[in-house]
Amino acid sequence: MAEAKGMNLSLKIWRQAGPQAPGSFLEHQAKGVTPDMSFLEMLDVVNEELIRSGKQPVEFDHDCREGICGACSMVINGNPHGPQQATTTCQLHMRHFKDGDAIVIEPFRARAFPIVKDLVVDRSAFDRIQGAGGYISANTGAAQDANAILVGKKESDRAFASATCIGCGACVAACKNASAALFVSAKLSHLALLPQGQVEREERVVNMVAQMDAERFGACTNTGACSASCPVEISLENIARMNRDYAKASLKRR
Amino acid sequence: MQGLGSSGKCGSCGWIGSSIGRKQLIGITGVGLSLFVLIHMLENMLILVGARPYNEYTHFLTSNPLIYLAEGGLLAIFLLHVIFALAISWTNCKARDSRYAVASNGPKGTSMVQRSLWAQGLLILVFLILHLISFKYGAEYSVDYGPGPIRDMHKLVVEVFHQPAYVVWYVVALIVLGFHLSHGVGSSFQTVGLHHPRYQKCIRALSVSYALIVALGFITEPLYVYFIHRG
Ligand code: FES
Repeated sequence: MAEAKGMNLSLKIWRQAGPQAPGSFLEHQAKGVTPDMSFLEMLDVVNEELIRSGKQPVEFDHDCREGICGACSMVINGNPHGPQQATTTCQLHMRHFKDGDAIVIEPFRARAFPIVKDLVVDRSAFDRIQGAGGYISANTGAAQDANAILVGKKESDRAFASATCIGCGACVAACKNASAALFVSAKLSHLALLPQGQVEREERVVNMVAQMDAERFGACTNTGACSASCPVEISLENIARMNRDYAKASLKRR
Repeated sequence: MQGLGSSGKCGSCGWIGSSIGRKQLIGITGVGLSLFVLIHMLENMLILVGARPYNEYTHFLTSNPLIYLAEGGLLAIFLLHVIFALAISWTNCKARDSRYAVASNGPKGTSMVQRSLWAQGLLILVFLILHLISFKYGAEYSVDYGPGPIRDMHKLVVEVFHQPAYVVWYVVALIVLGFHLSHGVGSSFQTVGLHHPRYQKCIRALSVSYALIVALGFITEPLYVYFIHRG
């Protein structure tokens, strides 16, 4: 019954057997899709059908399916996480599509994000950037009294807004240069805006930027496509802060 | 556990090798070039005043010994801007090794102006070379207003701008320069780290109006000569 009522979509999905294998688009049909399904649930339906007919299911990354882990990726009709802003693929609902739509689904494409299989890419470059300094190693001692170190509400809000980055990589996928500037600047900013982050602030920006470049992401052209594609709407202000801190740290370093 | 400082990376020598340092160099030299084109455009406006002020000002500029210093500095700024911009465009192009079948679109998209900055730059480079050949190293007419013969730049300009094809090419190239500036001026603020939510709209407006003023100003000269000043 539901199947008769649902939408039918024709999908063109990037299929690639492995990192070195050549990839190409294959046509798949999604039948009986209801408006309340998420995009990933729609793909689950497609995969069940593929498995039933003895074919390889479409590989895609996912974990929480509630927009907080950053595992889901994929580029839907040219846009990372699909047409909706401030939305991850797992939170994108099929009500934004209509019966008969043709949807092109591709992996996040960047040299620094090599394709593992189909829509799954290796985003461990982000982990290595984070490992290059996205933490605090200065000893901060025992917990302070609540009001011993004052942090303004606005500063803490901005630090928190930067900390909401889920590291999904949509910024890289959206950028014409495959630049990781928005991700790196968010990780830098959430520490740079708080007192604990000050001691290592300059070394952190130098080391994380060096790692970003070593991973061979592109440079930032300030197009803003990253922020527009970001599911948690990380601000471009972070990139300016990173640029500023980087210039300052480079000038001051001995 | 190792502290952050132990990675042994060199900050100051790495600046020019880093993506951010290079972008900052492109931004800063870009601001220098933007100021130059604005001044050049204003100087060109002397065409509206008359042949004599135009020629006398040209003579004043070119006979000043400081001109060599200024030209050398300008050339250095220009070369830094071009070389680093080409280098970074190449790196950026390689950062995506497989192309998307569908281009991003809507709010997540990137405008044609932003995608083609490198091509605009190359066109402006070609324009600049031809421009120097036509004018700086063009025919040496001379005129004497009393204190001795000086170069009659005005005559050359009028002669060149009476060729319709040259006028069209000039106008097209200057429109491209306008697009380049409309992105570049505002972008250089962000690249050096100047961003504030309260001023973002102003910076954007400044960038677009700067580009409009420079492009329209430059375009005025050939159009004035071709359509109004029939020599
Ligand atoms: S699966 Fe966790 S954010 Fe989409």
